[in-house]
Amino acid sequence: MSKKSGAARKNNGASSGSSFDNLELFLIHLPTTIWYFIFCYLPMFGIVIAFKDYKVRPGRSFIWNLFVNSKWAGLNNFQGLIKSSYFATMLRNTIVYNIIFIILGIVIPVTLAILFNELYSKKLAKVCQTMMFLPHFLSWVVISYFVYAFLATDRGLVNNIARSLGIVSRDAPKHQWYLDENFWKYFLVFLNQWKGLGYGMVVYMASIAGIDHEMYEAALIDGATKWQQTKFITLPMLRPIISIMFIMSVGNIFRSDFGLFYQATRNSGSLTNITQTIDVYVFKALLERPNINFSSAASLLQSVAGCITIVAANLIVKKIDPEAGMF
Amino acid sequence: MAKNQPETIKYMRVKPATNVFISLLFILLALMCFLPALLVLIVSFSSEQSVLTNGYSFFPDEFSLASYAYLAKQTGYIGRAFLNSIGITIVGTFFGLFTTSTMGYALSRPNYRLRGFFTWYIFIPMLFSGGLVASYMINAQILGLKDTYWALILPICCSSFYCIVMRTFFQTSVPDAIIESAKIDGARQIRIFAQIVLPISLPAIATIGLFLTFAYWNDWMMAKYYLSSNVQDKFPLQYVLISLEDNISFLTRNKDKMGAEAAANLPSETIRMAMVMVSVLPIACSYPFFQKYFVSGLTIGAVKG
Repeated sequence: MSKKSGAARKNNGASSGSSFDNLELFLIHLPTTIWYFIFCYLPMFGIVIAFKDYKVRPGRSFIWNLFVNSKWAGLNNFQGLIKSSYFATMLRNTIVYNIIFIILGIVIPVTLAILFNELYSKKLAKVCQTMMFLPHFLSWVVISYFVYAFLATDRGLVNNIARSLGIVSRDAPKHQWYLDENFWKYFLVFLNQWKGLGYGMVVYMASIAGIDHEMYEAALIDGATKWQQTKFITLPMLRPIISIMFIMSVGNIFRSDFGLFYQATRNSGSLTNITQTIDVYVFKALLERPNINFSSAASLLQSVAGCITIVAANLIVKKIDPEAGMF
Repeated sequence: MAKNQPETIKYMRVKPATNVFISLLFILLALMCFLPALLVLIVSFSSEQSVLTNGYSFFPDEFSLASYAYLAKQTGYIGRAFLNSIGITIVGTFFGLFTTSTMGYALSRPNYRLRGFFTWYIFIPMLFSGGLVASYMINAQILGLKDTYWALILPICCSSFYCIVMRTFFQTSVPDAIIESAKIDGARQIRIFAQIVLPISLPAIATIGLFLTFAYWNDWMMAKYYLSSNVQDKFPLQYVLISLEDNISFLTRNKDKMGAEAAANLPSETIRMAMVMVSVLPIACSYPFFQKYFVSGLTIGAVKG
C-alpha cells in the first residue's frame, strides 16, 4: 500500500504509469474483456462450421457434433451456396437496396438538414424535429403493425379510402398489398427512409450548427446567393462527417436491416424474391428450414466481404481527405 | 421576431416565400412520421364492432375503452410479457452501462500501458463478426443460453461504439487535475473511477443509459433466435406481438380447418392495437424530453474518438 503512494508522490503528480496502476485498470475492464471474448471472439472461431458438413446426432453435444460427427468439407458449402438459385437473388437484393439506401441516406438527410436550418420559426422546427424522430424509436414489430393498419386487405385504411373516394370501384376485389411485389420494391425504400430520417438529419444538423458564421457573412458581403453559400461553404464543411457516414454505410453494404425485410413484410412468401437479403437467408436457413452448411457459408462470406469493404472504403476516403476516415 | 434580429442575420435568411415552402415541407414530413402512430392509437380506442364493419379509420363510428380494460385484466401472458420487458430492460441497461463505462474509463487513461492493444481489441469486432450461425451455436449450444432470460440480455449488452463514446467523454470532460490530485492522495484507480469520475459523468451515463433502455425495450430478435414456444412465460412484450401476428396469419390461412373456438381466443383487432400502444407509449412519451441527450450522444460518437 505505501509502495504505491510512495511512487505517486515521488513523481509529484505526473502520470506515474506504475505497474500497479496498470494492473488495476486491467482489472477494471476485465469483465468487459471477458464479454468481448465470449460474444465477439469465440464466434470468430465458429466460422469453422462453414468448412464442415455439419451433421447432428441427437443427444450429443455441439462440440462433438461439430468436430467428431461432421466431416471436413473444405469449400463445398461455398460452392453449393453460390451455385444455388437463391444466391444471386440474395446478393442482388442486399447490394441493390444498400446502394439505394446509402445514396438516399446521405442526400436526403443532408438536404433536409440544410433546409431545416433556414426555418424562420424555431418553435416549428423543434416540434417537427421531435415528430420526425419518432420512427427511429419504434421497433420494426410496431412499425409492421402500423403498416398493417394501412395495407391490410380487408380492413386496411388504404383500401377503404380508395373505395370511398371512388378511386377504385366498389366491385373490384380489394388489392392484396402484401402480395404485390412491385409495390413493395419501392415501399421498402420508403420505409427505410421513413425510419431513418430523424436520426440522419440530427447528425448533419449538429455539424452545420458548428460551422463558423463569419464565413457566411463574408460570403454574403461578396454577394453570394444562398445556393452559392451552400455549395461553397456548407457542403465542403460537411465533407468530413459525410465521409464518415459514407464509409460506415459502405462498410455495411453486405448487411441489411433484418427487421425491415422480414418483419415489416410479415414474412410474406410472395415477396421473398425481393425481400430475401443475406441476413434474411442466413436466419431462415438457420432457424426455419435448417441448412446449416449454406447458412454458415453465407454468414462467413458476409463477414469477410464486409470487412474488406469497410477497410477499402476507409482507405479510399483517406486518399481524398487525409483528415477524415475512421482509422 | 424579425424586428429583434440584428440586420446582418436578417439578410442571411432565405426569402419569406422559400420559408413557407420549407415550413410546409417539414410539416408534411412530421405528419408522415406521426400519423401512423396516431392511427393505431385511435384504432386502439375504437370499438371492435366499428373496426369489423368499417375497417381501420381515423374516425371510427364509436369509441371504446374495452380493449384497454381487457388488457388491464390480463395478468396472464400479456401482463407477464410486460413485466418481462421491464425486467430485461433494467438488468440489460445496468449490464450495458457497467461494461461500457469500465472499458471506456480504462481506455481513457493515457498512462495505461495496454491502452493501444485493447483499443484494437474492442475495435476489431466492429469490422469483422463471426456471423449469426457461429454466435447462435455458441450462445445456444455451448453457453446453454437457449430459453433463458440471459439470452435476451448478455449478447447485446456491450457495444464498441458506446465504449468509444464513453472513452471520448472521459478524455474530454473529466479534468486531469481532479484525477491527478486524487492520485497524489493515494487513491487507487478503482476508487477514482467509482467515487470521482462516475459521479461527474452523469450526462454520458444518462445518454448511453437511454440508448440502452430503448434498445432493450424494442428488442425482439434475441427472443426470436433463442426463445422457443416452450418458454412463453419468458417472452418480452415485442415478441408477444410477433407471435400474435404469426398466429393470426396461420389462423387466417387455415380458417376452415381450425374451429371457431381457436379463432375466438385470438385478441381482436382493437386489442392487438392496444397492445402495440402499450409497448410504444413509454418510449413515445419519454423520448422528447431526452432528445437533447440523444443529439449530444450522437454528435460525440460521430466525431472520431
